[in-house]
Amino acid sequence: MTDTPLSQIRNFSIIAHIDHGKSTLADRLIQATGAVAAREMKEQLLDNMELERERGITIKAQTVRLAYPAKDGKTYVLNLMDTPGHVDFAYEVSRSLAACEGSLLVVDASQGVEAQTLANVYQAIDAGHEIVPVLNKIDLPAAEPDRVKQQIEDVIGLDASDAVEISAKTGLNIEGVLDALVARLPPPKGNPDAPLKALLVDSWYDQYLGVVILVRVKDGHLRKGQRIRMMAKGQVHTVEQCGVFTPKMVAMDSLGPGEMGYITAAIKTVADTNVGDTLTDDRHPATEALPGFKPSIPVVWCGLYPVDADDFEKLRESLAKLRLNDASFHYEAETSAALGFGFRCGFLGLLHLEIVQERLSREFDLDLIATAPSVVYKIRKTNGELTELHNPADMPDGSLIDSIEEPWIKATIMVPDEYLGAVLTLCNDRRGQQVELTYVGNRAMAVYRLPLNEVVFDFYDRLKSISRGYASFDYAMDGYEEGDLVKISLLVNAEPVDALSFMAHRSAAEKRGRQICEKLKELIPRQLFKIPIQAAIGGRVIARETISALSKDVTAKCYGGDISRKRKLLEKQKEGKKRMRQFGKVEIPQSAFIAALKMDA
Amino acid sequence: MKTALPAACIAFASSAPMRGTAALAAASISFTVVGMVGSSLGVAAIWHRAGRAWQAPAAIRAGLPRTCAVPAPIYPAMEPLALYIHWPFCQAKCPYCDFNSHVRERIEQPRFRAALRRELAFEAERAGRRPLASIFFGGGTPSLMEPETAAALIEDARALFEAPADLEVTLEANPTSVEAGKLAAFRDAGVNRVSLGVQSLEEEALRFLGRRHSAAQAVAALEMARGLFPRISFDLIYARPGQAEAAWRAELRQALALVADHLSLYQLTIEPGTRFATEHARGAFALPEPEEAARLYAATAEEAARFGLAPYEVSNYARPGAESRHNLVYWRYGDYLGIGPGAHQRVMRDGALLAIRRHRAPEEWLARVEREGHAITAEESLAPADRAREALLMGLRLAEGVDPARIEARSGVALAEALEPAMLAACLEEGYLEWTAAGWLRATGEGRLRLDAMLPVLLR
Ligand SMILES: Nc1nc2c(ncn2[C@@H]2O[C@H](COP(=O)(O)OP(=O)(O)O)[C@@H](O)[C@H]2O)c(=O)[nH]1
Ligand SMILES: C[S@@+](CC[C@H](N)C(=O)[O-])C[C@H]1O[C@@H](n2cnc3c(N)ncnc32)[C@H](O)[C@@H]1O
Ligand code: SF4
Ligand SMILES: [Mg+2]
Repeated sequence: MTDTPLSQIRNFSIIAHIDHGKSTLADRLIQATGAVAAREMKEQLLDNMELERERGITIKAQTVRLAYPAKDGKTYVLNLMDTPGHVDFAYEVSRSLAACEGSLLVVDASQGVEAQTLANVYQAIDAGHEIVPVLNKIDLPAAEPDRVKQQIEDVIGLDASDAVEISAKTGLNIEGVLDALVARLPPPKGNPDAPLKALLVDSWYDQYLGVVILVRVKDGHLRKGQRIRMMAKGQVHTVEQCGVFTPKMVAMDSLGPGEMGYITAAIKTVADTNVGDTLTDDRHPATEALPGFKPSIPVVWCGLYPVDADDFEKLRESLAKLRLNDASFHYEAETSAALGFGFRCGFLGLLHLEIVQERLSREFDLDLIATAPSVVYKIRKTNGELTELHNPADMPDGSLIDSIEEPWIKATIMVPDEYLGAVLTLCNDRRGQQVELTYVGNRAMAVYRLPLNEVVFDFYDRLKSISRGYASFDYAMDGYEEGDLVKISLLVNAEPVDALSFMAHRSAAEKRGRQICEKLKELIPRQLFKIPIQAAIGGRVIARETISALSKDVTAKCYGGDISRKRKLLEKQKEGKKRMRQFGKVEIPQSAFIAALKMDA
Repeated sequence: MKTALPAACIAFASSAPMRGTAALAAASISFTVVGMVGSSLGVAAIWHRAGRAWQAPAAIRAGLPRTCAVPAPIYPAMEPLALYIHWPFCQAKCPYCDFNSHVRERIEQPRFRAALRRELAFEAERAGRRPLASIFFGGGTPSLMEPETAAALIEDARALFEAPADLEVTLEANPTSVEAGKLAAFRDAGVNRVSLGVQSLEEEALRFLGRRHSAAQAVAALEMARGLFPRISFDLIYARPGQAEAAWRAELRQALALVADHLSLYQLTIEPGTRFATEHARGAFALPEPEEAARLYAATAEEAARFGLAPYEVSNYARPGAESRHNLVYWRYGDYLGIGPGAHQRVMRDGALLAIRRHRAPEEWLARVEREGHAITAEESLAPADRAREALLMGLRLAEGVDPARIEARSGVALAEALEPAMLAACLEEGYLEWTAAGWLRATGEGRLRLDAMLPVLLR
């Protein structure tokens, strides 16, 4: 039984730009409160998945319950909520934040405020958080705590005079952080006697336990054996186990108001649990759910196809397994004339797409071809019908289209002054509309509205390269707008390759078409026949290139004994062709698909 | 697709399902009548079991189209057998060569002689007394063999098989003075055709190729051979690093003036595992780009044509009638025995086409033959699809192309089923392949130039 009085509970999250030290600080806090014996301590305890560890990105929210004996003689329960750290998971982040009353704003004292810091801190402010600025890495000679404090005040408008200066790496002043949590964050509110209301913060699939749900109890109690109802869809489950993370799972009889913890309830897949949903008692249900629930909607779609057609079933199984643990990505079977059988998959964003793709190849050992990512367009047909387009290949005939709307984003880019010019050019080239341009010391902050379509085409990569990696980028969805958009089809040997078709703004169509033709010419090796490559809008060709036939390829000497060897070689070559995609009499190597999608200007 | 095939082949395609399954069954089970073997001439052959294998009405024999001066027989078991004998030793290993050749201080010639004879006897016993088409002593450097060895083997072969009076007996010889001196003895042993490894008529090129003879020695060896043998041929390697077209034309003209009626002209190939492979990978030298190689190839055919030599195979040029009968057996996918270290063999036995290999290492081969009478390491019955692939990948190297009836007779797979229809159509349209008037499928000059790219997409 957790009967900690509300006044002795603090729920907090940590906000930081990537690499500013969130995970390191979390480790120190866990260590300092003795939650994990020294010998069990491994770096970045919270970042569970191999991929998260490697990329320093948190995908799933996690909590850890710390017991801190404060100077006032009382022992406080400090629940640390580690939130997903990327813009693609903005909604998930908002739900994690809704489970806390305050945040530590960790800023690298040698780097200062970055785009991600800003986006996240505004979200925390929106969630009504009390924010405690923490200046990390003051052990570094390059640390400038005073300048960064000033920056926090100027850019974010937060009082930074009481910022806690620490080094998460050396452990310097971790006490200071703990004390600030107790003294400055408000305790949670809640009514132990009201009907149960608990926020579903996140969920994941555990091989042994089934789905584990991370909850924050607002009112009432969650108990083992209780019949609970998920208010969004009304499913009822019996709680098999409930408990807290220390960070090990420790079972408890119940969880009271203000507490964070987990339950298991014989749930088979995370698709049956919705982040942001409210759990209540089936027999004494709450009348109203917690505010802010919204189902997750993919914003970026692409086709995923096995390189080896025989891997289709394996891909299906792997996607199903991944989905056990990530309900935010969607997939449905589709066929492509070019690539055969595969799946159209929807993601929360580009990073999410990349993570899923990487996990498929890494954890399931699959070789995949991904088609160009596409945003979701809204198409109004001349007959008044409204449809959503996830795949350029499905674009209706031009004569049937009245108008097309595309999604826009609002992007915040922070960049050192010297690269600003290049960044502005990039944004303008991508049809950006400047919203704001301000300076923070020698760093500029540009806020732009951009069509998401322009961002899915290698925008990150370009931004990184033109700013030598110094630019930081963040975005939020910003509605739909009509645009003059066209579908560009690629024809290889006069046959359309559906997997290479993409949408572009009319003004950029020709240039894009030309670039991709040139690229394909470079990437498709010469073959038996000459191959025309064309880009077209409808029936109109806007760019063309020709790959000439190879001029000579024949074994000089071949007799007698060579036959088996020659045949085996031939069979190997045929096998190798499986890895290529055959288009009529032309084969296109996988690398051409991948590279064609990456445009560098 | 239909438009791409001549009338006869459309007929193949239309009856394909029944014939396909029957042909497959042929590989695995005993049977009496397997299926119809259609041909462009509208006659049928029927496959019998029991040793005799294929039989066909005489009409086929008489009526078949010929594009090569040396006729290709159509009945696998009745047709003459080629005999290859491998001599695995050389004086030195050439840096480009990946043949099964070894350098040894001392070679126990009598033991090798006895072992080769034992293997020959072993195979003859299994093959039965079939007609013999040719004997070929290859290597390695068979001119390093004692002439008695060749004599004994030729004599054995003539005794064990049905050999015609004009049996072609070829010996590969290196043009060093030592070997030139043995040529007369080889003639006395029964050799009637030599293939000299001249490789180049330029001193610098010979050094680059690591050869142990000079151009002058090579010419002297050629002159001597001409006086001894009714038929001679020699090999040149071109498309060497930095070789200019004009220089090659000049060298080739010089060679053509020396030769009687046959030449093998090979573009230098970098074979994995050779010294050249290492050096090439290191960037020590570069081969001509494919465009340049194609130009050199075209120049080669032009020069050869002026002397009345036509390319009857990708790298082989002959006056009509002077083609290497032995090598034609390979390219036409006929039966051949291969004895000696690492020799390969293809023989039809009881309806099964057997691919047989022998141990490559000379000493181990010798020990095994002495112990067991042969040094076979693998004997595999080829599936119909494999036979079809082999028959086509060899046959399309020939200027005459392939006879659909023969492909089917040898493999059990109809030609139309052995090829990807869309690719066949595309290659015909592009002019890489063509149907001859007699209904054979052949690769054109342009097609043969790109055969390695064509085969993997064309063959099923
Ligand atoms: N010098 C120094 N390095 C730190 C400090 N805190 C974290 N780091 C390093 O900064 C990098 C990023 O830290 P991490 O905790 O993974 O950042 P996160 O991406 O915000 O989770 C790691 O290499 C840490 O070792 C600090 O106080 N001082
Ligand atoms: C069995 S080999 C050599 C026969 C004989 N030992 C000799 O060297 O003259 C037959 C021919 O293949 C050719 N050859 C061998 N390796 C080659 C390569 N890597 N590239 C081109 N031709 C090659 C040579 O012309 C050689 O004469
Ligand atoms: S090219 Fe001839 S001599 Fe040279 S190693 Fe090969 S087989 Fe021996
Ligand atoms: Mg981290």
